[in-house]
Amino acid sequence: MVTIGIDIGSLTTKAVIVEDGKIIAHKLVLTGESGYESVASAVEEAMSLAAVDTKHVAKCVSTGVGKGETPYANEQATEVLCAARGALFYYPSARTVIDMGAESVRVVRCNDNGRVLDFGLNDKCASGTGTFLDTIAKALEIQVEDLGPLSLQAKEDIIITATCAVFAESEVVGLIVRGKDKASILGGITKAIASRIYGLANRVGINKDVIFIGGGAKNTGISKSLADLIKQGLLIPQDPQIVGAVGAALVAQERSQAG
Amino acid sequence: MKTAGVDIGSLTGKALVLEDHNIISWSLIPTNPDPNVTVKKAIDIALEKAHLSISDMDYVVSTGYGRLTVPFAQRNITEISCHAKGAHWFFPEVRTILDMGGQDCKAIRCDDTGKVTNFAMNDKCAAGAGRSMEVMADLLQLPLDNLGQLSLEIVEAEVPISNTCVVFAKSEALSHLRRGKNKSDILAGVCEALATRVYSLMKRVGIESEFVISGGIAKNIGIVKRLTDKTGLTPRISFEPQIVGALGAALFAQEILERERQT
Repeated sequence: MVTIGIDIGSLTTKAVIVEDGKIIAHKLVLTGESGYESVASAVEEAMSLAAVDTKHVAKCVSTGVGKGETPYANEQATEVLCAARGALFYYPSARTVIDMGAESVRVVRCNDNGRVLDFGLNDKCASGTGTFLDTIAKALEIQVEDLGPLSLQAKEDIIITATCAVFAESEVVGLIVRGKDKASILGGITKAIASRIYGLANRVGINKDVIFIGGGAKNTGISKSLADLIKQGLLIPQDPQIVGAVGAALVAQERSQAG
Repeated sequence: MKTAGVDIGSLTGKALVLEDHNIISWSLIPTNPDPNVTVKKAIDIALEKAHLSISDMDYVVSTGYGRLTVPFAQRNITEISCHAKGAHWFFPEVRTILDMGGQDCKAIRCDDTGKVTNFAMNDKCAAGAGRSMEVMADLLQLPLDNLGQLSLEIVEAEVPISNTCVVFAKSEALSHLRRGKNKSDILAGVCEALATRVYSLMKRVGIESEFVISGGIAKNIGIVKRLTDKTGLTPRISFEPQIVGALGAALFAQEILERERQT
């Protein structure tokens, strides 16, 4: 049985095709102004990669902030459920999922069946989200992929006092003027983000093992700071951004089987 | 008796020279990334206008976010107290003060002597501070000074802004702009959101007449008008709302001197 999971995030749209419990194709595109177009291009490219046709697809489930904006999905599932299902697919031992996206941070605690026990969400404030990091990257003129490695080269400990992304940006400009090096400033920002996420995770409760997903999981600086705070290693899948879409495709399978 | 008040904010630096309860001169400058430069420039401009030098000052009080960076100040006093003091000098009947600067917003209650009785403050989040207007001015490529007036010139209908976070609200405004919404209509939504947040801060301390607005936001007619509607009170605004804190600091300096001379 072939199912499709679509995760329409604020920054990227992901489509994953699953056949009998295996990922056979996935595609990630930027979410444009039109959610429909982003979904169409992600799904069509994934289908051509997998060489499947619409008529083979048993069910298609969408998730993410734009889950209502899709011409394909028959059904929707919450981001929390998809994060849990996707996480357990990669690591059956996962009990806590930390998902750092562009505009939200989500922590989900689940049991061994992938049933959600509790979750916490920040989607009201940019602090601790990918957008926060992106704002600072622009102020420091650093490419997103260089952020993690550079933050690990900090020469001194800098503590960022502002919580708000807007104020943190001013603080960073002040630090640049005072001659602080970019790596150390970035190190401070990275720790600030990790500590915000840790605060949310603590409220939800942290059970072993912890899996880190979403675009933020690609940043080695954040994953290291977060692991230091949680005092245990984090499980990070190879493509941390597609985990939610994988979860959606698995939810589609469950629902198809249930009839 | 000559005193000076220096108010170093996050976005502007202010200095004011006072002689026997009369304002002699003042300065208002954008902050320099180096706080020492801001302090020096602010006091130098104010002194120059008064044809005085720092040695003529009998007492100097500093206030504001950067109040600890003023080397020649004998004392520093919080901006909450200074704003109440300054507002009381302009409007002796004042009981509620809203002071909104670049990086914070304060709702202050005071008694008939200008002494603070209660206050509430937001200095953690840019939503509800003057910075949010700067971010929007930058996005819409409009001068900051025009935003308030434009927000009142609604073309079709106010575009509500649903995000609280300034960073997210900026993306939201941008997508409205791309969909062809009018700048004035977007600004109306932005100003409404800011006024609503500020109003809820004011409600926490209670609102009583007279109501004074100080700080940079008092120059934004879009916010002032919306707060007038929400509170049902006509806000009193001094001729230069950004010097109220520096004035309060200079007044405190006079009080301290007077007390010292009495004893």
